[in-house]
Amino acid sequence: MQIYLPIADLPVNIFLMLGMGLAVGIISGMFGIGGGFLMTPLLIFIGIPSGVAVASVASHIAASSCSGALSYWRRNAVDMALVGMLLVGGIIGTAAGVVLFTVLRSVGQLDIVIGLSYVALLGIVGGLMINESLRVILRERSGQSTPTRRGGSHTWIHGLPLKMRFKRSRIYVSAIPVVAIGFVIGFIGAIMGIGGGFMLVPMLIYLLRVPTTTVIGTSMVLTLVTMASATIMHAVTNQLVDAVLALILMVGGVIGAQFGARAGQNMRGERLRLLLGVLVFAVGLRFAYQLVVVPADLFSLLVLDVE
Amino acid sequence: MRYGLTKRLMTVTILLAMSGGMALAEQLVVSISRHQVLVNSSFTGTSIVLFGALMPDKPDFKPRPKPYDIIVTIQGPRETVVTRQKERILGIWINSRSRTFAGVPSYHATLTNRPLPEIADSATLDELEAGFHNLPLSQRVGSQILESARSDPFRTNFIRLKEEHGLYTEQTNAVTLLTPTIFRAGIPVPAVAQVGNYEVTVQVLSGGKVVASTHTAFELVKVGFEQFVAQAATRHGLLYGLAMVMMALTTGWLASVVFRRD
Repeated sequence: MQIYLPIADLPVNIFLMLGMGLAVGIISGMFGIGGGFLMTPLLIFIGIPSGVAVASVASHIAASSCSGALSYWRRNAVDMALVGMLLVGGIIGTAAGVVLFTVLRSVGQLDIVIGLSYVALLGIVGGLMINESLRVILRERSGQSTPTRRGGSHTWIHGLPLKMRFKRSRIYVSAIPVVAIGFVIGFIGAIMGIGGGFMLVPMLIYLLRVPTTTVIGTSMVLTLVTMASATIMHAVTNQLVDAVLALILMVGGVIGAQFGARAGQNMRGERLRLLLGVLVFAVGLRFAYQLVVVPADLFSLLVLDVE
Repeated sequence: MRYGLTKRLMTVTILLAMSGGMALAEQLVVSISRHQVLVNSSFTGTSIVLFGALMPDKPDFKPRPKPYDIIVTIQGPRETVVTRQKERILGIWINSRSRTFAGVPSYHATLTNRPLPEIADSATLDELEAGFHNLPLSQRVGSQILESARSDPFRTNFIRLKEEHGLYTEQTNAVTLLTPTIFRAGIPVPAVAQVGNYEVTVQVLSGGKVVASTHTAFELVKVGFEQFVAQAATRHGLLYGLAMVMMALTTGWLASVVFRRD
């Protein structure tokens, strides 16, 4: 059954879109991530203009992180003080990202920047994940014990001024790296249409030493607020948020996430991480292919305005 | 009401044809099947039928020695379009050069009963703006508006892309002369056509000279839920954004209620 997307201005198969929402939802539930880094590329690969894909996925991630954030909130596993500090950077970063997005679009370089960003980010993150989980798996095979990371060890980050105490997470850390992390996540999220949970969680754990009890809940609330503000900013400046597309993705996504979460509990941690790493890397490769292959048409038209 | 409008338009058409053609000896009357085309989400394109008839306006009118030829040109709303060209830079394909065409028709169709070169010489066709190869396409260079050269690759590729979308078309068999003085033409309206006013010009030639001409028009209007959404997005960006966030929060909240396990 075909359904017409009013902003993307093209008809799509509603079952294909629901299926994509479900599939990405299952993966996101399985790995506890938002899934934007899979959803945005999938939409671009099936022919949705990249601007519309990025802007619409922002609202899709807001929905999926909302249900996650609510359940962590009920378990009191959210550090609201930390969320507030991250948001100071997050909102500014999102606004900066939307401004750059608008400029790139007007000079016709949005597609290429989105493509290059995905190649770089997914290539690096996917490569690191594969590398680390393979090493752990190989070490387990050879019978050696896995060295666990020691909590509480200090790095140069802990020497920075403007220290603040975050009671819920029991950390005492400078506000500078907190705001900076928020800025980076908001900025990347607005341009690439990703929530950034898969980068934010490791950053909070390794750089700020946020304990595992609050890290996921805190990350989800931050993602919810940055993606909600990205949705509003994209709607105001570029008018590229497709309500019909977003609703289909949301419905598929939140249902899929429930099944994914159950499936994820039955899989072993390192295998799961290796699988995610391969997936992330593959999407990066697909983008790289799109950038180097000779385009079907070297010329393109973009209507600026109609009288 | 619609009947009244059509009737009035017909009257105007006839008056125009008569006043414009005092020296001419025939009257041209045309009528189109629809003055308004409603486009909804399932719109896949349509065709509008134009009928025309020629009749002598004086009883002592002598028939022309050469048969009539018909040229119907249709122009859609004007638009500003950027044409971009990709080039390989450091191994990847990047939009490098671009050209902005300003105030060009979003839709242009030339419908005839036989190939244009057989109807009139190129000077006459140029004057009539028949065929998009003769179409003036102005481009914006800095603050200046310049006419594009016929061989400019940006111009030829712009026209090629428009043709591929069915927005620029030249059809030499779209007009059928039912009798030597009565004709019918099918105006193709593709799915991607812009909303707005479409001007139809009908010119009748005999022996390579225009003997009668007239104008009419139709309007393309988008309707339905999708159009409502698109309008809300462009006219009320902030409200639209807030509504999207509310939708996201509601969906997320509903999911957490329905699938609650703790």
